[in-house]
Amino acid sequence: MRAGRGIRVTGGILIVVAITALVGPWISPHDYFTTNFDRPLAPPSLGDMHLFGTDDLGRDLFVRTMLGIRVSLLVAIVASFVSLVIGVAYGAIAGFVGGRVDAAMMRFVDTLYALPFIFFVILLMVAFERNFLLIFVAIGAINWLDMARIVRGQTLGLREREFVEAARLMGASPLRIIFRHIAPNLVGIVIVYVTLTIPQAILVESFLSYLGLGVQEPQTSLGALVENGVKLMESASWALLIPATLLALILMCFNFLGDGLRDQFDARSLS
Amino acid sequence: MSLLDVQGLTIRYGNDTVVDGVDLYIDRGESVGLVGESGSGKSQSALAILGLLPRQAEVSGSILFDEQQLLGASERELDTFRARRIGMVFQDPMQALNPYLRIGAQLRQILRSHGGTDKAAVDARVLEMLAKVGLPDPDRQLRAYPHELSGGMRQRVMLASALIVEPDLLIADEPTTALDVTVQAQILDLLEDIRDNTALLLITHDLGVVAGHCEHMIVLDKGHLVEQGQTTTLFAAPGHPHTRTLLDAAPRVDRGDVATSATGSTILSVSDASVEYRDLTAVRKVSFAVREGETVAVVGESGSGKSSVVRAMLGLVPLSAGRVVYAGKNLEGPVERRLKSQRRDLQLVFQDPVSALNPQMRVRAIVAEPLLVHEPSMTAAERLERVTAILEKVGLSERFLQRFPHQLSGGQAQRVAIARALILRPRVLVCDEAVAALDGSVRRQVLDMLRAVQADTGLSIIFISHDLAVVRSISHRVLVMYLGKLVEAADSGTLFTAPRHPYTQALLDSVPVPDPVVVPKRAPLRGEVPSPVNPPPGCVFHPRCTKAEARCGSTAPSMRDVAGSSVACHFPN
Repeated sequence: MRAGRGIRVTGGILIVVAITALVGPWISPHDYFTTNFDRPLAPPSLGDMHLFGTDDLGRDLFVRTMLGIRVSLLVAIVASFVSLVIGVAYGAIAGFVGGRVDAAMMRFVDTLYALPFIFFVILLMVAFERNFLLIFVAIGAINWLDMARIVRGQTLGLREREFVEAARLMGASPLRIIFRHIAPNLVGIVIVYVTLTIPQAILVESFLSYLGLGVQEPQTSLGALVENGVKLMESASWALLIPATLLALILMCFNFLGDGLRDQFDARSLS
Repeated sequence: MSLLDVQGLTIRYGNDTVVDGVDLYIDRGESVGLVGESGSGKSQSALAILGLLPRQAEVSGSILFDEQQLLGASERELDTFRARRIGMVFQDPMQALNPYLRIGAQLRQILRSHGGTDKAAVDARVLEMLAKVGLPDPDRQLRAYPHELSGGMRQRVMLASALIVEPDLLIADEPTTALDVTVQAQILDLLEDIRDNTALLLITHDLGVVAGHCEHMIVLDKGHLVEQGQTTTLFAAPGHPHTRTLLDAAPRVDRGDVATSATGSTILSVSDASVEYRDLTAVRKVSFAVREGETVAVVGESGSGKSSVVRAMLGLVPLSAGRVVYAGKNLEGPVERRLKSQRRDLQLVFQDPVSALNPQMRVRAIVAEPLLVHEPSMTAAERLERVTAILEKVGLSERFLQRFPHQLSGGQAQRVAIARALILRPRVLVCDEAVAALDGSVRRQVLDMLRAVQADTGLSIIFISHDLAVVRSISHRVLVMYLGKLVEAADSGTLFTAPRHPYTQALLDSVPVPDPVVVPKRAPLRGEVPSPVNPPPGCVFHPRCTKAEARCGSTAPSMRDVAGSSVACHFPN
């Protein structure tokens, strides 16, 4: 299977961004929490290695932005993993068992859909104080519903396919049918969907941080940086533009990557 | 001067040339058959004439219609030809009719867009056309939506919409391929009767259709025109080896050897089997037996229950009444609850090999899987040996081991599916329309292969098919089903020479014969198969039967023996 150009370009950008975010803070002479009241709101410059300038407290924005990317990506990946595990297991069971079990399980999902989750997450944040782990879990708990629906639909379709019927006839056990015949055919759509879930999770995290409910100072995330940037926008435009641009870039890359992967897997299943 | 004069037509997609320098002429009022196997470029050529190819296609050459160049003409110019002077009918009428518009509205629209302004005249013309294509009760059908009509009726509506403006040329692309054989005969007759002076370009894979309905024929192979000429001449003396291959591969229902009946002992029997789905009875009290080494064909049109009875026998759908006995033991319940030894002895090959093979597995793993389930003690090397041996038997070399299903052609994929079914050395192999999706020459190879395996191993085969010509060439015995009931059962020799049931006779007469010398019989049956949800009382066939009397509408006939056949008819021949 050869990857399309869209996948290679966007995947490449994401890898470069991730590596920079990991390595950048080590190389920079600055750290993310030291304030420097001599140089608040310094514009980006190579001279003193404030590549992205400094914020209102004189902290180096390059290091803080890299840290923000790390946090945003970490949140997104862990949240997607949570939704992947719950959603795939739930959806596959509902779809494969079918009948009443399926109906009951899917009505439960419908009920959860009816709850205003963002509001729910905000309440959680307030109740349990701001907990890094809680953000992961909360975002994952929103996203697994979609995943469960998609996997269940796909499983229902696969169960009726003739190769599954052939496996039943040859005497394959249900476990064998699930792991050998149904699961491998789910991989494509699940990968695609996870790729599309990641930007969603990044957005939710940014949104929470923007509301001040996300990660706690002096830790930061892209959303928190943008929030701070908005406050400084008139005196220090870079404090807003740089993290906002990077956020948009990352979101776009994940979306394009997801679309590209979907086309790729579609083409394969059609041929 | 030809009506249509195509010269050097070439169609490319990137580096892929699908049609290469095809010349084609059609005179006014003439009927021309365009034949070829899948991938021969026959449909692509037709779409090029209509200017309907996708944008990526690079088309060159010349397409003169009534001395005007169609190739490179603007969409606007093309519109003055399409539908007005060139009508078209496709294989699937449901794709071509707008599901949200009533039949009458769609036909009226065509007339109006061609200048019909007088409402009364337009309505009268639409009614006249619907009556002409044999739509029963056209007044009422005017208000019907496409989904309310049967496949045959929809194709009649398509013909009406194509011919309502009296075009000079009608292009029909496999117009009867999706229809039952008795309906196909009706539509082909209709096409002949109503086209008047309209020339016909009939695209088909079925040489029987061409032989009976086209004056000229053109043979395409892999984008090249290999031969063209008078249909009678080409059939009598094909000049090109490819034409000869096509003709040799076309099975004939009216002649040819039939297998002598098998003499083995009964291995499998089904008695009084019924299958009910939610609101319909698909199979009613069907009984039959299969002997060792015998090929039993189950034939019937859509809704006959031929697939359902066999699926119930295999335990894939529940049997609502009746018994299945295999090797002296009752087979009960769904396939999961049956004994492993019984499961390995009965295997199934599906119609569509592509959906029957897991797209994520390699050929090697697909064919080996039954061994993993049934003979777990086998070593990997032993398994590979068995897989290689069975693939060789079905005519595939070792280089196919590592392929994925999407890297196989239809014929190769079906061989892989057959190899998977045969690797456990089953005693009974069920083929559910297993060769229906294959091209003629490939179909012939697969049938030969099945016969060879049978001669070798004494395998019994249950061969489900709608195609009587294919059935004649492979089966020892034939069961004919209609609307869930068995109507006739006989040895092939008897059934094909002396059919007893009026339905069997009609079915045999409906099959197009690939020989222009044989005068095609008029469609022997009117109407279509009724819905199995609400079958007719008495004999289910009586509303379409030519011999039906009052008794047929009230009392269902039971199976009885008449001179070597079992027939369910009050008035057998």
